[in-house]
Amino acid sequence: MSRQRITVEDVGDVAVVQFVDKKILDEQNIQMIGDDLFRLVDELGRRKLLLNFTNVDFMSSAALGKLIRLHQRLTQVGGKLVLCGISKDILQVFTLTKLDKMLKIVKDEQTGLGSF
Amino acid sequence: MTDDRASSHDLLVSSDLAEVRRVQDLVEAALQANRFGESDQFAVKLAVEEALVNAIKHGNQLDPAKSVRVRYSVDDEQFRIHITDEGPGFNPDDLPDPTADDFLERPCGRGVLLIRSFMTTVDFLGCGNEVVMSKIKTPPDADQ
Repeated sequence: MSRQRITVEDVGDVAVVQFVDKKILDEQNIQMIGDDLFRLVDELGRRKLLLNFTNVDFMSSAALGKLIRLHQRLTQVGGKLVLCGISKDILQVFTLTKLDKMLKIVKDEQTGLGSF
Repeated sequence: MTDDRASSHDLLVSSDLAEVRRVQDLVEAALQANRFGESDQFAVKLAVEEALVNAIKHGNQLDPAKSVRVRYSVDDEQFRIHITDEGPGFNPDDLPDPTADDFLERPCGRGVLLIRSFMTTVDFLGCGNEVVMSKIKTPPDADQ
């Protein structure tokens, strides 16, 4: 049985996702996190996802691909992806790659809940 | 005066992505021993992650018969690392700009951009199968 990598809390019609691991690394781990996130959209029909990165202190470019695909999937089905709670260092990863222009990034969960 | 915390290491890493974590732990311990700040540690760990994954996955094609040589040194002023794989190499100047509009939605190809952005110096040597990177330690009052 695979261990839990994310937790999901429903706040109204928004699925708020927290990451269990402090480091989002290695392809197998990222693949499993991606599978869990896609399941929320494709099997559970969730259309508003708020990913809270407060627990995360390290993330490499391998995770960016999953976020891009998730954003694309949600856009296809008329949903929306919002990211929040991103540390200063990780935020640099998004700004340097200009993914902050494509992905909606807000400061905290409260702001995120109000941005759908 | 000698620096007791300064160290240099020479490792041979198998072409297994699980090995990246082991190298990261060693590098992190060496940076902490030399009092690199949080942001410097993040920068080095990110660059080492990206370069080592590239070497194992794209350079050595995950071939268990091939290995990656990792040499790094750290002292009170800078961190420096050489990562050499057994692949055919590549020309980093041939990589597309991952921030271009028509590339932005592609899921991969951002590692070299991040390495160049986060490290102080980056050079690709030989046929492109060796990367040498350094990070000058940020003064404590500037690392906030």
